[in-house]
Amino acid sequence: METIAIPAINFAPIMPEVILSIFAMVLLLVNVFVPSEHKAYLGYLSLVGLIVAGFTLIGGWGVPLSAFNDSVVRDNFSIFFKGIFLLTVGMSILISDQYFKREECNLGELYPLLLFATVGMMLMASGTDLMTIFLGLEVLSVSLYILAGFNRANVKSNEAGLKYFLLGAFSTGFLLYGMALTYGATGTTRVVKIAEYVSQNGVVAQNPMFVIGMLLMAVGFSFKIAAAPFHMWTPDVYEGAPTPMTAFMSAGPKAAGFAAFMRVAIIAFPSLKADWSDLLWILAVLTMTIGNLIALNQDNIKRMLAYSSIAHAGYALVGFTAGNAEGTAGILFYMLSYAFMNIGAFAIIVLVGKKGEANNNVMDYAGFGTKHPVLALAMAVFLFSLAGMPPTAGFIGKFYLFSGAIKAGYVWLAIIGVLNSAASVYYYLRVMVYMYMKDPVEEFDWMKLTPAVAICIIIAVVGVLLPGVVPAFLLNLAQQAVLL
Amino acid sequence: METFFFMIVAAVAVLASILVITCKNPINSALSLILTFFCLATLYVTLDAPFMAAIQVLVYAGAIMVLIVFVIMLLNVRTESGRRSSHSVLFGSLIGLFTLFQLFYLFNRSSLTGQKGTIDSALINKVGHTELIGKALYTDFLLPFEVTSILLLVAIIGAVVLTKKKI
Repeated sequence: METIAIPAINFAPIMPEVILSIFAMVLLLVNVFVPSEHKAYLGYLSLVGLIVAGFTLIGGWGVPLSAFNDSVVRDNFSIFFKGIFLLTVGMSILISDQYFKREECNLGELYPLLLFATVGMMLMASGTDLMTIFLGLEVLSVSLYILAGFNRANVKSNEAGLKYFLLGAFSTGFLLYGMALTYGATGTTRVVKIAEYVSQNGVVAQNPMFVIGMLLMAVGFSFKIAAAPFHMWTPDVYEGAPTPMTAFMSAGPKAAGFAAFMRVAIIAFPSLKADWSDLLWILAVLTMTIGNLIALNQDNIKRMLAYSSIAHAGYALVGFTAGNAEGTAGILFYMLSYAFMNIGAFAIIVLVGKKGEANNNVMDYAGFGTKHPVLALAMAVFLFSLAGMPPTAGFIGKFYLFSGAIKAGYVWLAIIGVLNSAASVYYYLRVMVYMYMKDPVEEFDWMKLTPAVAICIIIAVVGVLLPGVVPAFLLNLAQQAVLL
Repeated sequence: METFFFMIVAAVAVLASILVITCKNPINSALSLILTFFCLATLYVTLDAPFMAAIQVLVYAGAIMVLIVFVIMLLNVRTESGRRSSHSVLFGSLIGLFTLFQLFYLFNRSSLTGQKGTIDSALINKVGHTELIGKALYTDFLLPFEVTSILLLVAIIGAVVLTKKKI
């Protein structure tokens, strides 16, 4: 009987994941003893977990470390993304309690699920083995299917959960098939070893099996980041899902998808850069244009922001196509600032919305500016940032993405991006026109602004304006975190 | 002999899987699916992967099929009536044909064996398939193996949250 020698285990690179998993399981048990009206305390407890996990991140900056036989790594890239995830989840938790109390769907399981989703995202960002990346993606996806259908009494939420589940399972099939073919062609699932194999055996690049594997993986990741033509699920899911979960879905998992996509493309297939750049070029143009064009005539604000989030994935793909340091640093910066501006906007949507997902149309914002000037101002800041106007983080992010594309020689792509960005101003400003220049159709109810939501909005405003005025610090971090 | 055996099993597998999607009665579809799973298990045996074959029978042909048949019974799914819209049939067959064409292209062009690993039939016969998989799971793929448990936990939470009448 041969004994298996279990390799030395170093938990340091996955410390945040371990902490969040423990917190999630403890929350699951504590949840049983917490009465329904006090579920908010579970949210505060999970915020503590996020903060503890955040502290374990800081020490790893600049000290790369890999563990579990190279299946996971701690590098600046993964730490930057993990920071984005913690922030996204934290802000979503802050706006969750008020929303779910109003919808009378105040289940404590929400918080463990959110933490598990974070664990999945973190594994996607730090995984250096196709299996780790895939399982991280699955943990994230399964949590998201549940969170999208979390409002059980609402038919639209059910529809969102089911649709997301069916299409997501389908896209997972693509991703896994791609990974299987790549494994078959190269004989390894380790991202670094794939790159080694490709550089030593150049012939493999001509092997259709390998190329199809790469393409299928690209399809799977494109689905996750909601890039056209794999974006069909986005509007229905974002519209139907509970608003705080939509906020979370549009910022966190998108960033996680980009993290995994970038790691696989940049580290595993660097010698095929010309090939995947061509592919990403098409994806970027389609994604930007389709997202912006359809967003132009949306009346439901959640649906509008869903299409806008498709368009934003397109802007980030512009930087990805460039594939140089500016472009990829631009993606990191943009994902972070997108989290701030989008979750901020969704926080306002939570406040304006009424029970049963009502009051979510652009027209319902008529007179918002005079009735609640401070909140309207915050919304205006978020919308300006989404439209990419200075002095907001959205402007700086787009500036870096497009300048990266120009430096890499993709001038036309940058021009299409800027044109798209200009078109998008229409639908963002439309909300502002309703807020400031129209009279309210009916009186605004007295809105309950809980401290948690207020904190979320303040964080978002600071996160949008501060990097917009003094971007150097964050850009520096992003530049240190690129994979190249 | 082996090729002949493969031909028969493969033909039955393809036929059964076509029946899965063409049968109008869901129970017939489910039974055809079981047949497909058994054929796949047989193919695993011929590929020197007995553990995979056993798991295929236990998990897919056993557990998952029981679930599917139970759901069909509980929901009282009736025989599908009416025709599918001709649009989707046309679109679907176009995509199917395209994929088939791609696969043939793949078979013709590529070296299908790809990169061989260190584990071959001789080693499997010497050490045993189950032992090799166990070793890989606890050494090379320890982290993915552990993450799977989180995935299952999340799925359990989901089943309770989404379906239980009163939480």
